[in-house]
Amino acid sequence: MNGPPLTKWTVWLFVLTLALTACSKKEETTTGTTGGEMTVKIGQVSPLTGPQAHLGKDNDNGARLAIDENNASGVTLGGKKVKFMLVSEDDIADPRTATVVAQKLVDQRVAGVIGHLNSGTSIPASKIYFDAGIPQISPSATAIAYTAQGYKTAFRVMTNDRQQGKVLGEYAVKKMKAKRVAIIDDRTAYGQGLADEVDKAVKASGGEVIAREFTTDRSTDFLAILTSIKGKKPDLVFYGGMDAQGAPMVKQLQSLGLKAKFLGGDGVQTAEFLKLAGSNSEGVTASSPGLPIDSMPGGKEFRKKFTDRFGTIQTYAPYAYDAVNVMVEAMKKADSAEPSRYLAELPRVQRAGVTGNISFDGKGDIRGGAITLYQVKGGKWEVLETVMGGGATAMEKN
Amino acid sequence: MDIFTQQLINGLVLGSIYALVALGYTMVYGILELINFAHGEVTMFGAMICLAVIGAITATGTDANGLLIVALGLSAAISVCTVLGFLIERVAYRPLRRAPRLAALITAIGMSIVLQNAAMLIWGKQYITFPPLLPLVRYDIGGAVITNLQIFIILLSCLLMAGLLVLIRKTRLGRAMRATAQAQDIAGLMGINVNTIISVTFVIGAALAAVAGVMVSAYYGLAHYFMGFMLGLKAFTAAVLGGIGNIAGAMLGGLLLGLIESFGAGYIGTLTGGFLGSHYQDVFAFFVLILVLVIRPSGLLGERVVERA
Repeated sequence: MNGPPLTKWTVWLFVLTLALTACSKKEETTTGTTGGEMTVKIGQVSPLTGPQAHLGKDNDNGARLAIDENNASGVTLGGKKVKFMLVSEDDIADPRTATVVAQKLVDQRVAGVIGHLNSGTSIPASKIYFDAGIPQISPSATAIAYTAQGYKTAFRVMTNDRQQGKVLGEYAVKKMKAKRVAIIDDRTAYGQGLADEVDKAVKASGGEVIAREFTTDRSTDFLAILTSIKGKKPDLVFYGGMDAQGAPMVKQLQSLGLKAKFLGGDGVQTAEFLKLAGSNSEGVTASSPGLPIDSMPGGKEFRKKFTDRFGTIQTYAPYAYDAVNVMVEAMKKADSAEPSRYLAELPRVQRAGVTGNISFDGKGDIRGGAITLYQVKGGKWEVLETVMGGGATAMEKN
Repeated sequence: MDIFTQQLINGLVLGSIYALVALGYTMVYGILELINFAHGEVTMFGAMICLAVIGAITATGTDANGLLIVALGLSAAISVCTVLGFLIERVAYRPLRRAPRLAALITAIGMSIVLQNAAMLIWGKQYITFPPLLPLVRYDIGGAVITNLQIFIILLSCLLMAGLLVLIRKTRLGRAMRATAQAQDIAGLMGINVNTIISVTFVIGAALAAVAGVMVSAYYGLAHYFMGFMLGLKAFTAAVLGGIGNIAGAMLGGLLLGLIESFGAGYIGTLTGGFLGSHYQDVFAFFVLILVLVIRPSGLLGERVVERA
């Protein structure tokens, strides 16, 4: 943007400085021992400043809670008592900064990383952790690409967009009884990715995709495409995109007298959507990865522990908490905090976490992760039900 | 057939809005040969002012009639926008009237950026919603649906455009405007106050833009500081399509462009077998612009191109 050569230089200089600092502190390594005690550093990266700072701090607090509990209960690895130390870094939700802080953590010889918060930062940082052989567990990145790069160090404890799309497609056909489905997306990586998965799942469940229409993430007029869709008489319209388009779309759908149900993904399941769509939002269904906190197996207990210490839970804190515990569990199994040793154990971990049962598939995605469906009732998002990733078992609520 | 009728209605509503905005471009161009790129932003200001006033009134918890509140918002939008239109001309264009055309064009783009950022600072970056004050009634015409708001938009646009035509063709002021457009210096010698006429042109254009802005925000239920940009470009395209500088041309161009977009986005997927999708909706306008510039630069009803070239 502003003089690439200069920026590149700054980054290199920064990395060099960090490398030097890391060298000078070489005694504090992963397996640094003081007395009979060993210090193990675990990195945590999220945006701690900027517009998403509230979410970033939430992840940091969740991870911190897990670290402190493990220290209190006492973990012994290789015959030595372990003291875990959380090293939190701020990536300001920016992909470039993400790679810089990732390198910083690698240089500080962390045993593993919890993060990053966003898909856009987790993906570029994952290469750096992979090159260094350090396991990374993201609490909240959902883009399919994150675990599709073939990096065996990348894991996540939140359901990805492929699983979300599958659940949405199956739900549309099986539960909402839609036979004729129209799909619209905004041609962004997120919207298109999600819509493609919904398309596949609808067809696989025996539904028919009667229209595939497109818009952009800046449009406000959808009447032409909705009219074209109306002519094909759909039972349900799915939109893969964000709230700023979803809201006027719902409104125009109704003004055309199109009786079809409206379904969206997590881009639509927001408070902003309710504000923008107003009374038109009534009856809209949308999904979001994960369970609502009160339905999580350890949700109520976690909420109490967390709020006593840090205040209100924003969103992803329970996932950050579980991510730390899964990492520690793998270390216990390997009886070592050496990344190369416990990385092999991570895919074999089975843990009943706060957010649900956690185990990973071959790619590092969570097995059978949960997707929760919400519907607007009385101007609020009400939980309809939670579907586990495979779509086989459903936990009814309400 | 009902789908065809529906796309026709969608296109007519969109087209009437484009036409109202296009008039502002074409009137200014007719008189000054200047493309007022800030005109789209005036439309955005119209929407924002109206919503701000509506918001302030509803915040008092009054149970006044929704129509009355919107009417108040609309009149506030028109008043503020006319002042804005006057100021834009006075501050940004009048000092450069004798300067090379490129200078005026750059100022116009600069003015557009200034207004956009001012709106962002005043109203923030988020979308602002149009509260549901207007009772929505749907009418069924052979399977197609038309709402009272759509009928109102089409009728009001037609009324305003007819009014403008009468003003320009039949009144003293209109004659003065036409004279100024033909030859500024001579019109001045004939006793016409050219500066006043130019200011009036900007004010009328801004008032129409304010109405269009309120229509857009009520129709889509949303306003945003960036909304004027695309709308302005589309309206400009409509003005060129009809023949820039020609009042009736802007109306025709606006309506045609609305119809082209609506039918284009509605049928392209089926016609090309899914090869081209409906996200090309915005591309149609600019494709039309290129076609017109290549095949008939003077536009459909264009005039005086030879003497100006």
